[in-house]
Amino acid sequence: MNEFLHMGGYAAYVWPAYGIATLVLLGLLVATWKGLRNAEATLKALESARPARRRTRNSGRKAADQTAGTPVEASEG
Amino acid sequence: MHRFANPARFLRLSAVLLPWCAGATVILTILGLWFSLFSSPPDYQQGETVRIMYIHVPAAWMSLFVYTNMAIAAAVGLVWKHPLADLFAKAAAPIGAGFTFVCLVTGSLWGAPMWGTWWVWDARLTSVLILFFLYLGYMALVNAFDDPQRGMKAGNVLLLVGIVNVPIIKFSVDWWNTLHQPASVVRMGGPSIDPSMLTPLLVMAGAFTAYFLSVVMLRVRTEIAQRKIQTLRLSVAGDGVVTDGMQG
Repeated sequence: MNEFLHMGGYAAYVWPAYGIATLVLLGLLVATWKGLRNAEATLKALESARPARRRTRNSGRKAADQTAGTPVEASEG
Repeated sequence: MHRFANPARFLRLSAVLLPWCAGATVILTILGLWFSLFSSPPDYQQGETVRIMYIHVPAAWMSLFVYTNMAIAAAVGLVWKHPLADLFAKAAAPIGAGFTFVCLVTGSLWGAPMWGTWWVWDARLTSVLILFFLYLGYMALVNAFDDPQRGMKAGNVLLLVGIVNVPIIKFSVDWWNTLHQPASVVRMGGPSIDPSMLTPLLVMAGAFTAYFLSVVMLRVRTEIAQRKIQTLRLSVAGDGVVTDGMQG
C-alpha cells in the first residue's frame, strides 16, 4: 500500500493531478446542483405567489381593453 | 434534431436520460480509476508519472469537444435564433473551462518531472491557454449585458471566431517544434499506444463525457428555470411600477 502511495517517487506529481481533477469536477457538480435547487425553489415561490391573481387580472385586463379601450392600470390599485 | 430543441421536450427527455448518464459517470469513473491507478503498468521511460496521462489527455479531449459543441450551438443560435442552443452554450462553458483548467494543471504537474519545467511558451501549451481564456471571455461576455439576448449574441460571435483555435491546438504539435509530444491515439495509422494504456485512457474519456452530459443537462435545466424566473420577475416588476405610480 505504501509503495502504491509512493508512486515510484512521483507521488508529489501524480496525486495532486488526480486531486485537482476530483476537486474541479466535484466542485462544478455541487455548484450546478445548488444552482438548480435554488432556481427551482425561486421559480416555485414566484409561481405559487402569482398565478391565481395574474390569470384573473390578465383576463380582466383583456376584457376591459376590449370594452373600454382605456388603460386598465387606472382602474386597478 | 430540431424536434428535440424545444425546452419542454428537452425537460422531458433529460429527465429520462439523466439517470443513465449519471449512472454511466459513476461506473465509468470507478472502472477508469481502477484501470489507470491499479491495473495498468508504469511506463518504461516515464515510470508512474504516466498515470497523469489518464487525467490529462481525456481532459484535453473534453476541452476541445465541449468548445466545438458550443461553437456549433452558437451557429444554430445565431442562424435559427434557437433559445435552447444559446442556453446549451452558456450551460456548457464552465464545464469546458473546468476541463481545460484540469488539462493545463495536470500537464504542468506532468511536465515538471518529465520535461524539467512547469511551463513553456510553445505552440501547444499557449494555444490551450488561449482556449481557456476563450472560455472565460465567453462567460464574462454573456453576463456583461443587461439584456441577456444581446449577451448571448455577442458570446455566440466570440465562440465562432474562437473556433479557429481548435484546429490550431490539434495540429500545433505537427506544425511547430514543441516540447509536447505528437498525438498517439487519434492519428493516421491507428493508435501507437499499448492496449494496457489505451484502455484506461478510453474509459476515462468515457467517464468524462458522461460527466459532461449529466452536468450540462442539469445546467440547461437551471438556465430554463432562470429564464422563466426572469420572465415572471419582469411581469411582476411591470405591475409593481404601475402600483407605485398609483400611490405616488
